[in-house]
Amino acid sequence: MITGDGTASATHVAPRQGDPDITPELVAEHGLSEDEYERIKGLMGRAPTFTELGVFSAMWSEHCGYKNSKRLLRLLPTKAPWVIQGPGENAGVIDVGDGYALAFKIESHNHPSAVEPYQGAATGVGGILRDIFTMGARPVAVLDSLRFGDLDSGRVRYLFGGVVRGVGDYGNCVGVPNIGGEVVFDRGYEGNPIVNAMCLGLMKREDLITASASGVGNPVMAVGARTGRDGIHGATFASEELNEDSDESSRPRVQVGDPFTEKLLLEASLELIASGAITGIQDMGAAGITSSAAEMAGRAGNGVEIDMADVPVREEQMTPYEILLSESQERMLVVAENGREDEVVRILEKWELEAKVIGSVTDDSRFRVLENGVTVADIPALPLTDGCPTYERDGIEDEHIQALRDTGLRNYWLPRGNLTRPFLRVLGSPNVASKQWVYHQYDTTVRTATSVRPGGDAGVIRIRGTDRAVAATTDCNGRFVYLQPRTGAMIAVAEAARNLVCVGALPVAITNNLNFGNPLKPHIYYQLRESVLGMKAACEAFETPVTGGNVSLFNETDGRAIYPTPVVGMVGVIEDTSKIVQQAFTTEGDDIVLLGENTNELGGSEYLYVTARLVAGTPPAVDLEKERALQQAMMAMTHGRHLRSARDCSDGGLACTLAECSLGDGETPLGIDVRLDDDMPPVPNLFSESQGRIVVSCSPVETPEVLRIAEEHGVPAAKIGSVRNAESPFRIAMSEGRIEAALDTMADAYFGALARIMDAPSTSGA
Amino acid sequence: MKVAIVTFPGSNCDYDLYKAVQQVGADATFVWHRERGLEGYDAVLLPGGFSYGDYLRAGAIARMSPVMEDVIDFAAKGGPVVGICNGFQILCEAGLLPGALVRNASLLFAGKDVMLRVERVDTLFTSNYQQNQVLRVPIAHGEGNYEADESALDRLEGEGHVVFRYVNGAGEPTDAANPNGSRRNIAGIINENGNVLGMMPHPERAMENLLGSTDGLGIFTSLATSLSAVAS
Repeated sequence: MITGDGTASATHVAPRQGDPDITPELVAEHGLSEDEYERIKGLMGRAPTFTELGVFSAMWSEHCGYKNSKRLLRLLPTKAPWVIQGPGENAGVIDVGDGYALAFKIESHNHPSAVEPYQGAATGVGGILRDIFTMGARPVAVLDSLRFGDLDSGRVRYLFGGVVRGVGDYGNCVGVPNIGGEVVFDRGYEGNPIVNAMCLGLMKREDLITASASGVGNPVMAVGARTGRDGIHGATFASEELNEDSDESSRPRVQVGDPFTEKLLLEASLELIASGAITGIQDMGAAGITSSAAEMAGRAGNGVEIDMADVPVREEQMTPYEILLSESQERMLVVAENGREDEVVRILEKWELEAKVIGSVTDDSRFRVLENGVTVADIPALPLTDGCPTYERDGIEDEHIQALRDTGLRNYWLPRGNLTRPFLRVLGSPNVASKQWVYHQYDTTVRTATSVRPGGDAGVIRIRGTDRAVAATTDCNGRFVYLQPRTGAMIAVAEAARNLVCVGALPVAITNNLNFGNPLKPHIYYQLRESVLGMKAACEAFETPVTGGNVSLFNETDGRAIYPTPVVGMVGVIEDTSKIVQQAFTTEGDDIVLLGENTNELGGSEYLYVTARLVAGTPPAVDLEKERALQQAMMAMTHGRHLRSARDCSDGGLACTLAECSLGDGETPLGIDVRLDDDMPPVPNLFSESQGRIVVSCSPVETPEVLRIAEEHGVPAAKIGSVRNAESPFRIAMSEGRIEAALDTMADAYFGALARIMDAPSTSGA
Repeated sequence: MKVAIVTFPGSNCDYDLYKAVQQVGADATFVWHRERGLEGYDAVLLPGGFSYGDYLRAGAIARMSPVMEDVIDFAAKGGPVVGICNGFQILCEAGLLPGALVRNASLLFAGKDVMLRVERVDTLFTSNYQQNQVLRVPIAHGEGNYEADESALDRLEGEGHVVFRYVNGAGEPTDAANPNGSRRNIAGIINENGNVLGMMPHPERAMENLLGSTDGLGIFTSLATSLSAVAS
């Protein structure tokens, strides 16, 4: 036990019969270094048993212990007057007004999805839903941020199709609408897809509950599904690189989801919380019972004692090691008020689920595990959760990246004249094309609150009984981060904020999902550190603190890392739902106004990827003060109801943004006449992905006021054209180039692209 | 008007239906599937969702719930019963409506707005619509492909039991407008006595402009009008 001066005194635990001896190989297989093992011996005052080694392996994995990222994460801003719960809980919570609080978080399920896409993605959604409802909030929306290799690979099509079905089937069954997200295809994700799921939950402020094991003597209960052998060591698995053998050997480490049980568990948990019969509740997620029990004890400064023989299991002969590390889904750990256990059982029975006392909260700060009363693990609780060694590594940029940035792009500016064909190619590329094929597989309208559905910049959920709504989006351009991590991370935050102001929401906070390669490699650590610094700068500039998130490292296949992908999930508040702004042009004769400036910045663009398979150049510059001014100008314009539509300018550049405004959801497309007079060649003028730009439309009567508000905020703004009728073409003219396309040709390129690839008969199966 | 909303483990549109019923000024009460007795209610609604996870077959387990005996009784006595989405599937499984709902022809879940043509306005549920009115209403289902044999389909058509059909914006029942492969673009049907309606689309999600459409409102106002006419 840890004494006052921090030294350890040993408690004896006899090795369990049948357990293997602890060898250096076994320690290494558990993902622990020699130094870490020595540290464990120091903390314990003796060598750990096999069971204890398993516990440390999970708790000190990157997934649970954040050993390579914690020191960097501490740099991020986490506070604002509206933040109720910052990082460290199941989810962050913010005040959204009128007595309501919003719980939200993003989480990754990359490794499982690479091996078994359907179950990997489904259980990713299941896990993030549980993180939200264990805060006392009802899940009201899901977003998914997905990345895959190029779709010309059959394997990638199999992964993409499976992940989308998995995300859909789980959320659809539980009854939580999907309101947005992103899908990206790039060879940088070949073999190691990125599957991040974000969930939003609403509650009355006073219903907030935390995951802490308070009240010595209170019973600890296992609730929900039974424990099986699935997903053992998932947390450790998530902290390793993949290789060609991962498919077969790792499948048993992937969990299997049951959304029906999840729905029952959701209702039962909210009823439990409302009953007051419990003091704390936590999902048994990564590292199962081990992490939920240890973390709940750690937060309360208490200990916990649980007996594995009392845990309801669905397989025979499970060892304490297996029970502790199982990641069977749809389970919760609950701390009940002493004497109210029966009430907990009755509520669970109503929902046709089990609850069973498996131990109690203790005052000795130990994480103690028994098997039929015999101690099999006895570990000081706090070092288990907080004692994980953290590392600050040396990071240096890969020289190769500097060369990529310096790539000359002049040759790509050369095309002039009629640029309709390259325009249609970019518009129909899987990255720019409509994602209807994806979100038509999702229930987007259940719960009758979805005020802006997927397909635009951000999704919006109204808060029934108030005039308010919350908006959410996810963003990250991995190519930009790859080429220049700090700028790329700032752009991720800036674009997310622009997405929110485009629907009329004030950005208030973010959750982040840091998807990176192996941080033990200096150039990956460099990407991680630079990205965190970029995110920090942008979050500070926009007053959007980070309230939690997830870190997913070791995203490598056969030694090749993914693009560094720090996904930003941002939430915003709309005070008056009647001021929600449309995303597409609505009315013939309206003026089209560009807020922000066109600049010649083709680096990292979709145009280069589509026309030359090139990921190179310097990503667009981002000026955080200008972004902030643009956000404030947009808020003033929507507040005054001056706009008919607004859309952020991003993938595919100004040309594709105008096309999206023109096509909308495909039901009522409108032609446009636009004239660009910028002093640059047509290709960068049309396709640069320069930051700080929003395309708005307004009645010509409102244009002077729109321009005045922009000027007042120091935002460059100019009328660039007009909205035409449904029979008119889509027309952009420049001094040296032009685009002119019929709306149905564009619609076919934009809406047909993904279905043509995915519904073709030859593409089914791996 | 007192309306019972029967909920099963896995129902997930129960609350949406509750709010829709309230919106037309009626009383809504949840009835858990293990409860018995539907006396005192003027109408019974079966909400959408995934009762029992759609395991085995959509609606196949829910139809064995204790409360279903009472729903069958209630319908036999002429009480109005509406099943939406999973509720429609349960009504078919329980034999209250003919035919079956099988996997969408695309084999994919379908979640989007569709256009529906009102085929009958002389029912308890559609009297406030115009004949051939085109409605915009969301769907969200994986098993909504209406299937029945030719003679059953002919009987449905001949006796005027098809209430809603999937159509395009111009009101034509084309293949492209059919989101799930349903025979003859059938989206909703009524029983021979005219008191049991089943439909795959979700009218309770089309009750407010903020959410994209108010075209579903007519079903709830029609029901309220019919019942108050009976009462007076």
